[in-house]
Amino acid sequence: MKRLLSGNEAVARGAWEAGCSVASGYPGTPSTEIMETFARFPNVYAEWAPNEKVGLDVAIGAAYAGKRTISTMKHVGLNVAADSLFYVAMTGIEAGLVIVSADDPSMHSSQNEQDNRQFAKFSRIPCLDPADSQESRDFTIAAFDLSEQFDTPVMLRMTTRVCHTSSPVEMTEQQQQIPAKGPYPRNTAKYVMIPVNARKRHPIIEERIEDLAQFAESFAYNRIEYRKNDLGIITGGVAYQYAREVFPQASILKLGMVFPLPVEMIRSFCKNVEKVIVLEELDPFIEDQVRLMGFDIYRPNHVEKSETYHTKSIFPITGELNPEIVRFSAQKAGLLEFTVKKEGTSINLPLPARPPTLCPGCPHRSSFYVLSKLKVPVNGDIGCYTLGVAPPLSTIDTCGCMGASIGVAHGAAVAGDQERHVAVIGDSTFFHTGIPALINVAYNRSNVITVIMDNRVTGMTGHQDNPGTGFTLQHQATVQLDIEMLVRACGIEKVLTVDAFEVEIIEKTLKQWMKEAGPAVLITKEECALLPSARKKYLPLLVTDQCNGCTVCFRIGCPAILKSEELDPKYHRPLAIIDQELCTGCEICAQVCPRDAILFRDQVIAQRKSEEV
Amino acid sequence: MDQKKLKKDYPDGVNFLLTGVGGQGTILASNVLADLGLALGYDVKKAEIHGMSQRGGTVISYIRWGEQVFSPIISKGDADIIIAFEKLEALRSIEQIKPGGLLLINDYAIVPVTVSSGIFEYPEDEKIHKTIIPFTSNEFWVKGLDIAEEIGYPKASNVVLLGALSTLLGIDEQVFLKVIAARIPQKYYSLNELAFQRGANSIIG
Repeated sequence: MKRLLSGNEAVARGAWEAGCSVASGYPGTPSTEIMETFARFPNVYAEWAPNEKVGLDVAIGAAYAGKRTISTMKHVGLNVAADSLFYVAMTGIEAGLVIVSADDPSMHSSQNEQDNRQFAKFSRIPCLDPADSQESRDFTIAAFDLSEQFDTPVMLRMTTRVCHTSSPVEMTEQQQQIPAKGPYPRNTAKYVMIPVNARKRHPIIEERIEDLAQFAESFAYNRIEYRKNDLGIITGGVAYQYAREVFPQASILKLGMVFPLPVEMIRSFCKNVEKVIVLEELDPFIEDQVRLMGFDIYRPNHVEKSETYHTKSIFPITGELNPEIVRFSAQKAGLLEFTVKKEGTSINLPLPARPPTLCPGCPHRSSFYVLSKLKVPVNGDIGCYTLGVAPPLSTIDTCGCMGASIGVAHGAAVAGDQERHVAVIGDSTFFHTGIPALINVAYNRSNVITVIMDNRVTGMTGHQDNPGTGFTLQHQATVQLDIEMLVRACGIEKVLTVDAFEVEIIEKTLKQWMKEAGPAVLITKEECALLPSARKKYLPLLVTDQCNGCTVCFRIGCPAILKSEELDPKYHRPLAIIDQELCTGCEICAQVCPRDAILFRDQVIAQRKSEEV
Repeated sequence: MDQKKLKKDYPDGVNFLLTGVGGQGTILASNVLADLGLALGYDVKKAEIHGMSQRGGTVISYIRWGEQVFSPIISKGDADIIIAFEKLEALRSIEQIKPGGLLLINDYAIVPVTVSSGIFEYPEDEKIHKTIIPFTSNEFWVKGLDIAEEIGYPKASNVVLLGALSTLLGIDEQVFLKVIAARIPQKYYSLNELAFQRGANSIIG
C-alpha cells in the first residue's frame, strides 16, 4: 500500500508498524504531528507530558518495562530532556526506545538552530537522519531494531523540511507483535546509576559505539550510488535531495546513520572518486568526523569566513539549505560552472510586510496593552504571547526559552535593578518549566510580578491539550489543574484570577501591585479565540460616528481594526473601521476607546434589533 | 486518462507554488494538488511550513510533480505555476516564477497590520499588474471569493481557483473532482463541485 504522508505522519506510521505501543512527548514545531498521528492508531498509549524531560523519563520507564516506546520533541526540547538522555544512554533498555529530535534549520519557529546530531555523539547513541517520508517510516522501524540489538536508545533526527514535506510511502497494514518481555528488571548494576555502577557502564557504552560503527559498514540505509567518478558527495538527511538535484552526475555516499560513521565504507568511497565533498545542513558534523579519520576532503582556495565555519568548507553553516544555495556555494567553490542566467528580474516595489501577529480576539492583547502603558520591563516566554513583541504593542523585552521568563525577571530583581520586573508566561509553558521558577520567586522573596496568560490550551503549536484543559491527548476526560491553587501552594500570597478581556481590572491590579512590595501573580483567563467553542461566540463590533480618529484603538494592534479612508472633518485623521470578517467581538477596543465610539456586544445586538424593527 | 495538454506544456513535470495568508485554505488546495499528481502517475513532493507563520502571516506551499522528485523546495525562477490566494502575496512570490510561467491570482486583499497601522500602503491592482509584467504575461485573475459567495459558500474560494486551474491545464474535470471528494466531508461535496465548475467556467468566460 502506498500513501502520501508527511515525514511526521510517516514516523508515527513506522512506530506503529514496528509494534511501538507507548509514546510520550511535548508539542513543539516541527515535531507535534508525530504524537497527534500516533495517538490515533489502535492498541497504543500516547500522552502529552508537561515537558520533554518528563516525556523522556516516561518513555524510558516504558522501555524498561519491555514495551517499544517513542518520545518526541523539537530540537530545543532535547535540551530540557538532556539529563534523561544521558542516563538512558548509560543504562540501555529492555525494549526498543526511539527518541525523535525534530531540528529546525532556519528557525522557522524556534529560538536557535542547534544541530542535535551533536547530542547523539555527545551521549554515545546512534543517530538516523531520514531524507524523505519513506525513509522516515523505514528508519523508525530500523531504529527500534537497532535499539534492541545494541541495547541503546536511538535518536531519529528529523528536520523541519522532512517533517513537513509529504511524499509517497510504501507501508504495511500490520502492527508487529512484540513478544512480552520478562518482569520489570531488578538489575541494579545496569539500571541504578550510582557511581560504582556507572563507572562500569561507561566502558560498555564506548564499546557499543565501536560495535555500531562496525555495524554501520553493512547497515542497509548507508549506501553508495556510483555515477561519474570526478566528484563524490558524502551526505545525509534532506541534503541528499539537494545533492541529487544539483549534482545529478555525481557519485553519492548516502548516510542513513550519521553517527557513528562507517570508516571502511568512507575509505572505499574516497578511493573511487577523484574529489570528495560533504554536503550537510548546519554543523560540519559528518565533515569533521571524516576529516578526523584522515580522509582528504576537497577544499576551495577561497573560503569566505563570514559564510562558513572554519571547518565547514563549502556550504553555509547557518540556515536551511535549498538547491539555489547549494548550487551557488558549489559555483563559488569551483565545483560548478557559473551559468549565465537570464538577467534575473527582481521587483522594485516595497511590499507591506505581513508579520505574524496576535489574532483578532486574542485574550493576550489586553495584558500587553496595559503593560505597554506601564512601560515596565517585561520578560517574555515561548508561545503565541511572544508576539507581544510586535509593534504597536512592543511589550516584550526578553525571551529566551521555555520557562525562562520568571527566572530571568527574578534575576533582574535580585540584582537590584531599579525597575519593577514583570514575567509573562502562558498556561502550558507555566506547567512546562515555569513552576520551579515561581517557587524560587516565592522562596527567595523577589518583587517579580508574574502574569500567567491562561488561554486554556497549548496555542502556538495548534491547540494541544495540557494539564489545564481537562482532556488527554487520547481524548480521555481528566482532572483540570487549578492554576490559582498551584500558585498559592508555591508560596505566592498575592494572587488574582481575572477575565482576560477586563482591561480596567488588569490595569488597576497591576498598578496597585507596582506600589506594593513582594511577589504577585495575575492569572488572566480566557480561552484562545481560535478554539471552536470561542468561535461560536464571535460577534463583530461596530464603530459609531462618535469616532474622531484619535488612534487609541489602533494601539492595541488588532488586525480587525482598520484605518478608514474617511477623515475626521475637524482633525483630518483617518477614522477607525472594524473588519466584520475578522472581528470576534472581544471588546478590548470598545473598552479603550475614550469617546465610547465602539459599540459593545449588547449595544450591537440592541442596534440590530432596533434596525429589524 | 490522457492529459495531452499537460504533458505537452510540462514535459518535465510541474512545480507549483501556492501562497496565501493563514486560514485561507491553501493547505487543502495543496493537498488536493499533491493527490492529483499521484492520480496522474507522477512522483510527488509537497512541502509547507507550519508554526508561527500561521498567525496571520504568509503561508507558502510547494508541490512538485515529476518522474522522480528530489528537492521539496522550488528554486527561484523554477515555479511553473503560482497560485496566489491573496493579491499582495502574488507579488511577494513573483520572483519565484519561471519566465512566462502561469500566475493565477485570487482577486482578494487581506490587509496586513503594517498597512492598517499606516506604515505601508497596499498596492493598487494596476500597480500589481504592472509589477508582474516583466515576469510573465500568463496572468489570470479570478474573483474567487465573489464567486464562492455567489453560491453561498465563501469558504470554497480555494476550490474556485482549483477549477480555474483545471481549465488552464486542460486536466480532466472528473479526475480533479474525485481527488477533491476524497479530501472533504461528503455533505460539502456538491457545493465544492459547484465552486469548482464556476471556477473552471470563469476562465472560458
